[in-house]
Amino acid sequence: MNLHSEERLVFAAPSTLTDRQTHYCPGCHHGIATRLVAEVLEELGCIRQTIGVASVGCSVFTYNYILGDWVEAAHGRACATATGVKRARPDCTVFTYQGDGDLAAIGLNESLQAANRGERITVIFINNTLYGMTGGQMAPTSLIGQKTTTSPAGRSFRKEGAPIKMCELLAQLEGVAYAARCALDSVAHVNAAKRAIRKAFEVQHRDLGFGFVELLSGCPTNLHMTPLEANRRISEALIPCFPLGVYRDVTATEKAGA
Amino acid sequence: MKSERILIKGNEAVAYAAIEAGCKCFFGYPITPQNEIPELLSKLMPENGGEFVQAESEVGAANMLLGAGACGVRAMTSTSGPGIDLMQEAISYMVGSQIPCVIVNMSRGGPGLGSIDASQADYYQATRGGAHGAGRTFVLAPSTCQECYDMVQEAFDIAFRYRTPVLVLGDAITGQIKEPVLCHPPVHVPDDKAGSWCLQGMGDRAPRLLKSVYLDDGALASHNELLEAKYKAMQADPRAECLDTDDAELVVAAFGSIGRIARSAVQLARASGHRVGLFRPQTLFPFPARELERLAAEGKRFLVIEQNAGQMVDDVRLAIRHHADADFFGVMPGIFVDADDLLTPILNCMRDAQ
Repeated sequence: MNLHSEERLVFAAPSTLTDRQTHYCPGCHHGIATRLVAEVLEELGCIRQTIGVASVGCSVFTYNYILGDWVEAAHGRACATATGVKRARPDCTVFTYQGDGDLAAIGLNESLQAANRGERITVIFINNTLYGMTGGQMAPTSLIGQKTTTSPAGRSFRKEGAPIKMCELLAQLEGVAYAARCALDSVAHVNAAKRAIRKAFEVQHRDLGFGFVELLSGCPTNLHMTPLEANRRISEALIPCFPLGVYRDVTATEKAGA
Repeated sequence: MKSERILIKGNEAVAYAAIEAGCKCFFGYPITPQNEIPELLSKLMPENGGEFVQAESEVGAANMLLGAGACGVRAMTSTSGPGIDLMQEAISYMVGSQIPCVIVNMSRGGPGLGSIDASQADYYQATRGGAHGAGRTFVLAPSTCQECYDMVQEAFDIAFRYRTPVLVLGDAITGQIKEPVLCHPPVHVPDDKAGSWCLQGMGDRAPRLLKSVYLDDGALASHNELLEAKYKAMQADPRAECLDTDDAELVVAAFGSIGRIARSAVQLARASGHRVGLFRPQTLFPFPARELERLAAEGKRFLVIEQNAGQMVDDVRLAIRHHADADFFGVMPGIFVDADDLLTPILNCMRDAQ
């Protein structure tokens, strides 16, 4: 009897993901986010016409994990670089993959301006409330009271201001076709995140505007937590500050009419 | 397009040349004294099947340029000194990632907000790489509207030949002066050979990555050796205009708009019987050092005239150091001079030697 004939493949890595070990720390959510993007690119069948724009931070090596053509942008400039790529190659699917320091601090202007122009690009935004690559400094999204290597007494509202809420900001801009905030802390949330990522690519493919997904994530290493604690922090501390949901969806009226 | 002689500003010549050279993407941000370039291209780019984006800043413009250049299309930006400051980040990344593009600097006075008048004080910034990390860009220095036209066209060829950013360094005079320009199709049919490296979606080939980060042991050293070899290869392409240098006792070295005024001053000196010649570098990096050294070896003396407190004079002195030294006459940025103003220091220099 051939045992192998009994095997039935029920789960595999998407073909859009490279077969290599990531540099991410144990318990980091980048691995989940990267896989979700790869799955969506596989399902949409566009990987061979896709150009990725890598950012600076832990996300910089995304080009090692997701197949396709890639260009590395300077810190914070991914949305500007993606603008240049999309204008030069309008038939390609163009996306960026950026962390919170990159997108919401040094690159806030480039991010908002590209969104406001309605650039036909998709932006995947990993919000883990700190700078991971450089060792856990305060990010624009750090929570009030969050202790980091540059806010040892905890982030103060008086001196450092409140965490920047990107989805709420982007929802004001008419160039944005889709903006949603999801979390990567549970199966249900991960499934919702994948649907949102798919939507953020679909609005690009339909020439509707800028697509944006914020993914609330954990960073056990720099939070000095176990992976489970960092995961739990998402529902207990992050979601109350950064409510999940769809903040802008220009296709919503289509559904209502259908 | 047929060749056509029209009366235009240097800035307009830049825009027409870009279109004729097949530039497909322009990214810019308003700054005096170069505004005619984005203004004209906002009309010409879409008319010619290209993309025009008014960026949020020069930071945005230069990083858009990086993205378009990575796709292997001919792409350009234009600005003035303060804008170049903001573009240094992307220029460094483009040098490191070997991404071709054309960057026009119609420079103005500084430091800081400075003035909107002509200045050559960006020479160091242009020729020393400007940003961190020891990168170099090819630098062309037009002195007339015609040269603005010709050099911008050629800049695209050079950018793709070396896979590098090419800087075209003019100033408020070259940008704003108006004169007849023979607009013509490219001298050479563009052959960018970008198909082997550019991003276009991987299709059925292997994925491609354009980057400047090299973290593995020794990887950055190897990458920098490759870039250094490229800068060395550029040394084969220096260019300069020589006027009456053969029998000259004194060679006046000047570039750009001041080079043009110095040319008139040299002609005035000749007319009054002085054996003076002009050496006008048209490429600032690579610097035409070998030709200068040849002249120095013949026993000639040198006077460098610049609209700054002395920058190119360093390169002249390096070039001639085994044979001679160079005198320097500086015009401060923002001061307008004519040929008579430059004739005096030339004649003083001749008299000192006697």
